[in-house]
Formats: sequence, structure tokens, C-alpha cells
Amino acid sequence: MVHREGSRDIDGKKIFKKKVLPHILLIFFSIIFITPFLWLLSTSLKSMDEVFKVPPTFIPNEIKWDNYVKVFTRIPYIEYVKNTLIITVANVIGQLISSSLVAYSVSKINWWGKKYLFPIIVATMMIPYQVTMIPIYIVFQRLGMTGSYWPLILPAFGGGAFYIFLLRQFFMTIPDSLLEAATIDGAGEFRIFFSILLPLVRPVLATVAIFTFLANWSDFMGPLLYINTKEKYTLSLGLQAFVSEHVVEWNLLMAASAIFTIPIVIIFFFAQKQFIEGITVTGMKG
Amino acid sequence: MAKRNNFQKKQTRTNLAGFLFASPWIIGFIIFGLYPIVMSMYYSLCKFNVFQPPQWIGLQNYKELFTDELFYKSLANTLYMTVVGTPLNLIVGLMTALLLNMKVKGKSIYRTIFYLPSIVPVVASSLLWLWILNPQYGLLNQMLGFLSLPQPNWLSDPAMTKPSLIIMGLWGTGGIMIIFLAALQDVPRSLYEAAEIDGASTWRKFINITLPSISPVIFFQLIMGLINNFQYFTQAYIIAGAGEGLNAVSGGPRNSLLFYALYLFQNAFGYFKMGKASAMAWILFVIVALVTWLVNKTSDKWVTYGGE
Repeated sequence: MVHREGSRDIDGKKIFKKKVLPHILLIFFSIIFITPFLWLLSTSLKSMDEVFKVPPTFIPNEIKWDNYVKVFTRIPYIEYVKNTLIITVANVIGQLISSSLVAYSVSKINWWGKKYLFPIIVATMMIPYQVTMIPIYIVFQRLGMTGSYWPLILPAFGGGAFYIFLLRQFFMTIPDSLLEAATIDGAGEFRIFFSILLPLVRPVLATVAIFTFLANWSDFMGPLLYINTKEKYTLSLGLQAFVSEHVVEWNLLMAASAIFTIPIVIIFFFAQKQFIEGITVTGMKG
Repeated sequence: MAKRNNFQKKQTRTNLAGFLFASPWIIGFIIFGLYPIVMSMYYSLCKFNVFQPPQWIGLQNYKELFTDELFYKSLANTLYMTVVGTPLNLIVGLMTALLLNMKVKGKSIYRTIFYLPSIVPVVASSLLWLWILNPQYGLLNQMLGFLSLPQPNWLSDPAMTKPSLIIMGLWGTGGIMIIFLAALQDVPRSLYEAAEIDGASTWRKFINITLPSISPVIFFQLIMGLINNFQYFTQAYIIAGAGEGLNAVSGGPRNSLLFYALYLFQNAFGYFKMGKASAMAWILFVIVALVTWLVNKTSDKWVTYGGE
């Protein structure tokens, strides 16, 4: 009997360590990670008086939906969304086409350049953006393209090293025998690529699309360099410009930040799997 | 003979197909990679303000940089960010991943909560933290005040600006966390089971099994983190420049946020010193290559690959 009492005590400790403690820690961290979001939403719904109240309130006394209306009237939000979408969608298309073509070339076509090209592509990832930034800017300036979206779109059609790498990793897992069967049937490389390979790797293409979308949706430096008229601003530039005009109106700034972020959060919830898988593959196989 | 000919013909066709499929990258690389690299090297040896053609001055830009106080300042700021920020990011990413790797209910909800901050657009997250870290009305100082703790002037005290950005960065470690989580799930269960039979403690298991097993991933993330931090730009541009107008490049309080990439940008597009900026870019390249090489050299001491 004494022995059983003792073991029950150990069981209790074990249950606490295995079941309860992890949740306590996870909830603690979750609160830390989620509080900034709540603070963003809370501030975005406050009146100016309440924004500067000490001590602060988390749930606004008076919920001012009006702030969001004000943001929509002061920022040409729809215009900025349209501009950002033009750049983003063009990049997604360019990246999907070019990166998958190139990845196919360095994984499944047995040509003489296959083994030389891939290491070079990977090596280019090591070159800091700053090295090529100035000459590329000058080229676009000479071509009279600064101030347009071309400098932000054209590079995507050369394919991105990172995406080529990601796609190649997946193409390599597809057995050659599958493609060879088609060759015997007389299908050319393009047919094999489009009708056999691409349908097999649709989830990875989705990952490339999402990553490209995310990178361009949030990009700040590119538009900062090339876009100089207000009508052509992207959301990033528009928000930054809004800051310089409304520097203490935190409720409006937070409302603007919220409507800038929401589209991405929605995409995330629809495509969680592609997000997670894409990050995992690119982050682990160095 | 005919057969051989046929084979050759086929190989030529394959070569052509390979080249055609790769041509987007080859063309893109020549225009956006090779040519700019050569030109950047040339500009770094020239006096060049965009409006007049580049004028050869040899190593003058490099000499100027080595006597430029702000150059050293920006380098020191960047090193701070790299040396302090990168490991902290990895540690928090690993810690949250370890928590999620425990068998708990509702794991995917926690995972989403930890991951979401990392996809918030940089301009939006920088603004949010600008507000959270507001010395008077910001959430953080209000909470510290409530606990009777000191309330630093986060973004206006030169000693606190970089820690502020590091704290902000820690909020967005979700990407690293996801990678570590996947790595943790790949560690063979049998290793832990064997250690449990030997009566190893949780800590021992972590040190002797978990860390070595995921060391290749830690290594890769460390290199990527270092490279990223060397190019730290957008957050600093927004936070240091808040309220100073869209195109003002500010280094923050006493230039404590003047990071290397920011100073380079300022030279290039603020002062139109393209030559000096190009020289900076090449020095950055050398530093990044050197650090990567050094970390790589230490790697055989602590990185173990499967099967060893």
C-alpha cells in the first residue's frame, strides 16, 4: 500500500511535467507573441484621447470604427492595393514560368551544362543585393524605366536562385523512369515538362507562388528605389508616406497597418500547408 | 555508323533543349548579375555621380572609406546586430520549436500564433513596434511601469535603439521556428529510447542527442541569419526615419541605427556618391564571404551529419 501511494505521487508529478507544464509554457509564449497584434487592433479602434491615456486600456471604451473609414479616405488604399497587385502578380507569373523551366533544365535534362549551372545558380545567392543594386539602377535609368514598374518586374522573369533551388529539390524526387516512358512515346522535352512534370509538382509551384507573393507584397526597398510618384506607390511606400504625415495619430497608423496586414493573414490561413512545407524544405537542405 | 549519327543527333537536341530551358536564368544572370557585378567593381574605382560619366580615380574611394568615421560607425552597428541579434534569433526560434515539439494538444494553434508575426509586412511591423516602444505611451513601458521596473527610452536612447530592433526581430522568428520544428521531428525516436533505457535526463538528451542531430540545420540557419543581418536595412530605415519624410535617410539617435546597408544607400541615393557606395558594397561582400568561410571552418567541430 505504501508503495502504491508513492508511485501515485510520482505519476502526479509526471503528468504535471508531461501534460500541464508544456501548456503553461506554450500559453505564456503565446501571450507574448499575440499581445502586439491585440495592441495593434486595440489602438486602431481608439479615439485620440484614449490612445494617450495612462494607464492604457486594452478594450477601447468607445470603439471607433470610424478610424478605418478615415484611413480609407486619406489613403488611396484601393489604388495602392492595385499597384501592389500588379507588381506582385507579374512577379509570381515570371517566377513560376522561369524558375520551373530552369529547375527542369538542371535536374532532368542530361545536357552538358547541367552539372556546371546548378552550383553557379546556388553561388549567386551569396552575393549581397547591394553589390548589384547600383549598376542595375543605372541600367534602368538609362533605359528610362525608373519611375515605372518594369525594374520591379523584369528580374523575376530570369528566375530566382532560391526558387530554382527549391523546385530542383522536388524535381529530383521524381523518378526518371516516369519521364523516360514518355520519351519513348515520342514526347519532346516541352511536352514532358508541361503535361507530366508540372502536374506532379503542383504543391511546390503553389509554395513558390506564395513566397513570391509574400516577398513582393511586403517589399519596401525595391519600390523605394524605383517608384517616385504618389500615384504609383505600393502599400509599403504608401504606409511609410502616411507615417510622415500623421506621425502622432497612432490610431490611424495602426488601422492602416492592420488593413495592410490582413490580406496576408487571410492567404496564410488558406494555404498553411504550402507555407510550412516550403519553409521547411528551403531552410533545411543547405 | 547510322546509329552513332543518330545518337549524336539526339545528344545535340538534348543539349539544345537543356540550354533553352535554362536560358531565362542565363539571360537574367548576364543582365542582372554578371554585368552589374563587373560594373559595380568598375564604379568602385571611379568618381561617379550618375549625372556625369564615371571618372577613374583608382583606390581613392576605398581610402576615403578607411578614414570615414561613419563607415566604422555603420560597421560597428551592423556587427552588433549580427553578433548579438543572430544568436538570439536562433535561440528563441529553437526554444519555441522545442516547446511545440512536445506532444501537446492544440499544437497547430500554438504554431500559428508563433508563426504569424513573421509574415507581417516589414513596414507594418516596424510601425507597430515604433508604437509599442513609445517611451511615454507605448505598451512595453506601460507594463514595465506597472511592474515598477525601469522604463528605458527605447528608440531615443542611443544605447537602447539596437536592443529595441533586436526585440522587434525576436517577435518575427516564426520562420526559423518552423524549420527547427521540422528538424526536431526528423530526429530518430530510437535515439531517445536508447538514452531513456540508460536513464539519461532531459537535459542530457537535449545536449547529447537533440543538438548534434539538428546541428546541420543550426549551421545553415546561422549562416543565413548572419548574411541577412549584414544587410539589415528596411526596419532601420523606417524606424530611424519615422517622421522625417519619405526620402530622408536618417541614422537614428547619434547614428546608433546607421547600419552598413543604410549608410551605403545614403551614399548612393542621398549624396549620389555611386563610386563610394560601390566600394562599400564590395567591402561588404568580402566581409560576408570571410565570415561565412570562418563559420564554415568551425563547422566540422560542432556540425555532425547523419550517420557519423
